[in-house]
Amino acid sequence: MSNAQIEIQLIASLVAIACAIPGTFLVLRKMAMISDAISHSILPGIVIGFFITQDLNSPLLILLAALTGIITVVLVEYIQKTGLVKEDTAIGLVFPILFSIGVIMIAKNANDVHLDVDAVLLGELAFAPFDRLIIAGLDVGPKSLWIIGSILIITIGLLLAFFKELKVSTFDAGLSAALGFSPAVIHYGLMTVSSVTTVGAFDAVGAILVVALMIAPAATAYLLTNELKRMLIYAICFGVFSAIAGYWLAHVLDASIAGSITTMLGLLFLVVYLFAPRKGIIAVMYREKQQRTEVSLLTFLLHLKNHSEERERHVNHLNEHINWQKVRSKTVLDLALKNNMIQFDKNIVSLTEKGEQFTSQAIDYIITNQDNKIEHMKDDFFLFRG
Amino acid sequence: MDITEYIKLVFTDYTLRTITLGTAILGAVTGMLGSFAVLRKQSLLGDAISHAALPGIAIAFLITGAKDSNVLLLGALVSGLIGTFWIKGIISKTHLKSDTALGLILSLFFGFGMLLLTFIQKQPNANQAGLDKYLFGQAATLVESDVWLMAIVTGACLFVLLLFWKEFKILLFDADYTKTLGFNTKFIDVLITTFIVLAIVLGLQTVGVVLMSAMLLAPAAAARQWTNSLSVMVFLAAIFGAFSGVFGTAISASQNNLSTGPVIVLVAGIFVLVSFIFSPNRGLLFKQLRFIKNRRDLELQKTLSFMFHIAETHENISHPHTIKILNNFQGFTKGTLQKLVEKNYVKLDGTMWSLTDEGFKTASNLYNQQTSNNE
Repeated sequence: MSNAQIEIQLIASLVAIACAIPGTFLVLRKMAMISDAISHSILPGIVIGFFITQDLNSPLLILLAALTGIITVVLVEYIQKTGLVKEDTAIGLVFPILFSIGVIMIAKNANDVHLDVDAVLLGELAFAPFDRLIIAGLDVGPKSLWIIGSILIITIGLLLAFFKELKVSTFDAGLSAALGFSPAVIHYGLMTVSSVTTVGAFDAVGAILVVALMIAPAATAYLLTNELKRMLIYAICFGVFSAIAGYWLAHVLDASIAGSITTMLGLLFLVVYLFAPRKGIIAVMYREKQQRTEVSLLTFLLHLKNHSEERERHVNHLNEHINWQKVRSKTVLDLALKNNMIQFDKNIVSLTEKGEQFTSQAIDYIITNQDNKIEHMKDDFFLFRG
Repeated sequence: MDITEYIKLVFTDYTLRTITLGTAILGAVTGMLGSFAVLRKQSLLGDAISHAALPGIAIAFLITGAKDSNVLLLGALVSGLIGTFWIKGIISKTHLKSDTALGLILSLFFGFGMLLLTFIQKQPNANQAGLDKYLFGQAATLVESDVWLMAIVTGACLFVLLLFWKEFKILLFDADYTKTLGFNTKFIDVLITTFIVLAIVLGLQTVGVVLMSAMLLAPAAAARQWTNSLSVMVFLAAIFGAFSGVFGTAISASQNNLSTGPVIVLVAGIFVLVSFIFSPNRGLLFKQLRFIKNRRDLELQKTLSFMFHIAETHENISHPHTIKILNNFQGFTKGTLQKLVEKNYVKLDGTMWSLTDEGFKTASNLYNQQTSNNE
């Protein structure tokens, strides 16, 4: 590995961490699309900042662009408050318009500006190590490393200082207001951090892919845990992993690094989406299927309990009466037999003692909706969990 | 270039005519379908779909190796649909919320698309140049066959819209009721989503991935302000969309270095702004005016009722009182007194005032009965 390669991976990892932290809170606050809006609408801020400073890495430009990001949030909230359109429409209107203004500003000044839209949107990590920060003639490393590093330190500092406040206001804005932390201050603080991070990261990974680094690791982590601290840690790990793996993918394919990082994030999400132990799609579908069978089982047992006449409990009659498909009836019957809840006697189905007991308990639960009565049943049946 | 000259050019110049027609049709169809997206609170779906279409374009190119725009659009359509249904899957199967699902699919598909595009650029195939026009759109590359395609899709869309009008409408406003009526809501839902995806994909070539969502939303959001009826809204949105297309093309054609897509979006944005401010029922301007008028009416009524309570204590209601006693009553001004006189509720005589019969009657009914509001 050459020096430049290590630096690229370092920058990518730092960007991933810096994005994952605000991203986690955005996902939890249902504001993920705001990051998309910010990432687009900072364009005019960048362009104006560039006209003034002529340097894509100057702190003034970052501040100006971050300011545009906050203006976006304020505008969206203002439009939403007028009640003319819904929030999502407000977001969808504000950012393309600001973005268009940015594109037109670039286009009108194309001749004397060394800045093109592709660079802003897509970034090019591969060139990052060539733009060095030189202090007093001493080469101290790539500029973007310093920029994203300082943003990351500030973000972590804020996170540690305000973790409790963030947590409370994210999950219960009312409580946080009652306890005396203004949710509005926390909200705008988070928006500011997101804007600054987006701007700081845009020339490394590009504005749109910042969105991926913010949302994807957090969403993936959210599928695996319900605990905030763990979610933050998972999100950071996923981000860093994708950043490094993405770099090597790009190296192999000779393609855009930012694109590869996103692709790695996508693959990671896909795997977790499918296989997450409790919230993954396979687990959910299995649970839903199981619950369906158990509802059927319960219906079946109730039917048996309600009819003492033999005629009603004859297999043929049951076939007709409940009208299930063959496969379904077989699963239900198997489940019932396995649990010793029914017995066959010359094609007459009847409840065993255990079945009787189970059914009456289940009815009891359905009527009273009291959890404690069915504690022992939870282990065997999905239906009674959660 | 002056306007008459430009209009003449639109009819004579092939390129300009094609582009104007293309953007107009595009604006109309996106406006029409955008109304549904806005009303179904799926405004950002358009943004997600347009980004999700990018890998489809790249894959279609990788498979066929040709830059036939129809094939590429087909790829975009497929990948847009996959993105859309994945979003729906995430929302319905996991506890992730819709905004997360949208942002996730949007950025992941787009990133994957970028990976493929950069990968294609490195391929030893001279044919690949120009795929990135789908990022920001280039209306100038529209040719007559593209416009025909747009027209056909718009026609099909219009036909389906008219055919399933009732179903779309009822699904829009009360999905549960639709289900109880026995309509196949899933089918209707898929149908309308497919058409939205189709419209977005058509627009990619003209305004590009990034700005497509505004094309979908802006005309519809503007139209929403003028009416409460779905059919009028769809119609208005189509008109606004078409005009944004035409004006946007005109502005960008008359200037150097102006790409059409952003200009169209800005024109549509101006439509939205004007609608937000000036629409008679919902607009901010008239709302503010109504607010001020209500406040004035309230002050007027307050003064009147104050006078009424004074007059009440006298046997003769038209017994004159001096104006001075009103002075320390808040809400009283010379203006409100003058207005009361104009309405013939109060008679002035030098520094004295007295309630008229009419004024007394109105005042006594002020808070227990709705007096006519059309003043």
